[in-house]
Amino acid sequence: MDASALALFWAGVIAAAMLVYVILDGFDLGVGVLFGTTREEEKRAQMMNTVAPFWDGNETWLVIVGAGLYAAFPVVYAVFLGAFYIPVLLLLFGLIFRGVAFEFRHRSRGMRWLWDWGFFLGSAVAAFVQGAAIGAMMRGIPVADNQYAGGAFDWVAPFPVLTGIGLVLGYALLGAGWIALKSEGGLREWAFARIPWLAGAVLAVLAVAVSLTLDHSAVAKSHWGDRRWGIVFPVIGVLALAGILIGTRRKYDLLPFAMTALFFLCAFLTLGVMFWPYMIPYSVTVADAAAPEASLGFLFYGAVIVLPVVATYTVHVYWVFRGKAHEGYGESAKPGRR
Amino acid sequence: MDLDPVFLSRVQFAFVVSFHIIFPAFTIGLAAWLATIEGASLATGRAIYRRLFDFWMKIFAVSFGMGVVTGIVMAFQFGTNWGVLAERMGSIQGPLLGYEGFTAFLLEATFFGVMLLGRARVSPRFYFFACCMVALGTMFSSFWILANNSWMQVPLGHEIVDGRIIPRDWVAIVLGPVQMVRWPHMLLAAFLTTGMCVIATGAWYLLRRVHREEGHAMLNWGLGLVAVLVPVQLATGHLVGDYVHRHQPEKFAAIEARWQTEQPAAEVLIAIPDEANERNRFAISVPRLGSFIASGTWDSREVGLESFEPEDRPPVLVPFFAFRIMVGMGLVMLAVSWWGNLLRLRGRLETTRWFLWCGFLSFPTGFIAVLTGWFTAEVGRQPWVVYGLLRTEDAITPSLTGPDVLFSLAAYVAVYCTFIPFGVYYIYKLLRDGPKGEAQAIPGATANRPLAFADEAGTATGGRSGGRG
Repeated sequence: MDASALALFWAGVIAAAMLVYVILDGFDLGVGVLFGTTREEEKRAQMMNTVAPFWDGNETWLVIVGAGLYAAFPVVYAVFLGAFYIPVLLLLFGLIFRGVAFEFRHRSRGMRWLWDWGFFLGSAVAAFVQGAAIGAMMRGIPVADNQYAGGAFDWVAPFPVLTGIGLVLGYALLGAGWIALKSEGGLREWAFARIPWLAGAVLAVLAVAVSLTLDHSAVAKSHWGDRRWGIVFPVIGVLALAGILIGTRRKYDLLPFAMTALFFLCAFLTLGVMFWPYMIPYSVTVADAAAPEASLGFLFYGAVIVLPVVATYTVHVYWVFRGKAHEGYGESAKPGRR
Repeated sequence: MDLDPVFLSRVQFAFVVSFHIIFPAFTIGLAAWLATIEGASLATGRAIYRRLFDFWMKIFAVSFGMGVVTGIVMAFQFGTNWGVLAERMGSIQGPLLGYEGFTAFLLEATFFGVMLLGRARVSPRFYFFACCMVALGTMFSSFWILANNSWMQVPLGHEIVDGRIIPRDWVAIVLGPVQMVRWPHMLLAAFLTTGMCVIATGAWYLLRRVHREEGHAMLNWGLGLVAVLVPVQLATGHLVGDYVHRHQPEKFAAIEARWQTEQPAAEVLIAIPDEANERNRFAISVPRLGSFIASGTWDSREVGLESFEPEDRPPVLVPFFAFRIMVGMGLVMLAVSWWGNLLRLRGRLETTRWFLWCGFLSFPTGFIAVLTGWFTAEVGRQPWVVYGLLRTEDAITPSLTGPDVLFSLAAYVAVYCTFIPFGVYYIYKLLRDGPKGEAQAIPGATANRPLAFADEAGTATGGRSGGRG
């Protein structure tokens, strides 16, 4: 059975939203992770400043992924959330705590330690469980009768733990690039100094993960064999890593972040080459999971109106808060404060 | 004790949804109230309305933020704990909830930002327009939630092909007769919830002899609105009862604690239903009134729970008492608002302190009515999750074990009990301090971070006092 045009449309929307989410929320989660590696108050305050106007909007894309899956691929929604019952719980709590920390830390003195921990741990936990979920997916998810057929702790295995750590490092790399782009002076130097180490660690984890997957999964291996053109993505990914290092050495503002984003795009597409058309490897394909045409078509009208607005809004916010973050960032640029 | 994942998941859902609903119920009414006083401000130019607006705006921002955070948790509950429901009914519920999410995004990305940040940037007329659009947006959000729930109460507009639920008629699903009475019922409940809070706040200020002018305005507006809306709500509630009577006779019998089929039927005013022995203890009932309430005649035959197989009957205690508490709250609102208007007409509102105490203490009536109304609707639908199509016990995610759900439930309770008190305390502190000045945002705040706008609330964290330094 082939997937219908509407099913492909929705798969594309969800894939795009997922990629946008990973890159956008990835950098602010990564800043949260790096936040926990310094005790200097000035650096911490500057770091939060670099993501303050963006982090919440970035999470919008996660909700679009969730809502899109529920409506367009209810089987995937049910299997995924069943399989990752505990990680999803931790993800929600992580996001809640860092969100609350964002609003309260700014005004709080006596309880600042609590919000600092909330911001760091919330970010790290959210990043880790996302990575672990990807790892568990790469290993394959057992499905029976359109429902998850494994245990609540199947994701606690060496491989998902490895990918979880990998994503924490990857987000930290994105975050370091973002800080380099958005800050000046000591913090910028501090971020540049961390980028090569993070890039090396990410590459190492990723190489181990990919080879273990090809070793473990016959389907991924055969897909890889049939789609030899897919090799371009890892190759571009390695070139992007080189770009990160060059940008760091020459202290270019934008290059490290842009190249890290490109690296994530390549990793995403590499996974796609391995797994397409499976949405839940190796049990549920796009065509299996698609909701009836009447459901896909009904929500289509909403999507063509809303998604461009959300995208425009996102671009608008990034444009308004362009340039380096400074004390009282956004005060002058913010609408209504002129 | 054996841990039952179905029971624990129901408790968990009830817990997170109950904590969620109080915020949107308040927010929907507040958005409408803000649009109303902004309109009054535009029409009359009186400064008092602007002060009221700026004050309630801060409360609105905090409670909107709390609603969004607790709402995101809700979006995942269907998949994590009710996987079979999500998978089997996702073809209909997925798009309905998807539209809810889209509505909320549109709101946040457009007019909500204007409302929070744009006072100085746009013309007063456009600002008023934005306020109206935000009010409409919150109502549309609730529209999709109610459409989803109404479909779970009385599924229609679908067909079953090879065991799959296929939507056939979206107009029937979205604008069905049940939805068209339940949505207004929910909207009015939200308006009344906010109205009672506005009344209570005004009464509080007058009792403390602070913010006298604002307190008067809040009482006048609140008492007037509630006095008009409660009778309308009673009428809508009756229409909701009609659909239950027609489409969910088991629920109707459970609400009435009617064990045997009767003709003519008595109305049990109050009793202690004894589910084990299928009878009522200490019942006070009125002969024939049950027939009249249910069917509008004094001698109609009304079915009792005995007509249904035991496995198809809902529990009786919760719907019976929840319904009576809801109606009781409605009557309290009616009494407070009409009495208050009477005092106002005689010019004795401010001096009648016992009434001000009544008004102040009735602030939770709306919230209690909303919660008990939902308990009636949801518990009364049991043992079905989608009435007639899917039983609750069959809807659970099959891989879940009792300990998994016990863990998540304990975690939700712990997390909610940590951060919801902060939010509620913020709101309390804002209300206590009263109207002081325009809301100030912290740096980097955008429209999707409403909590960042309730500036003075920051002191609740034990930090600096007053506004931003």
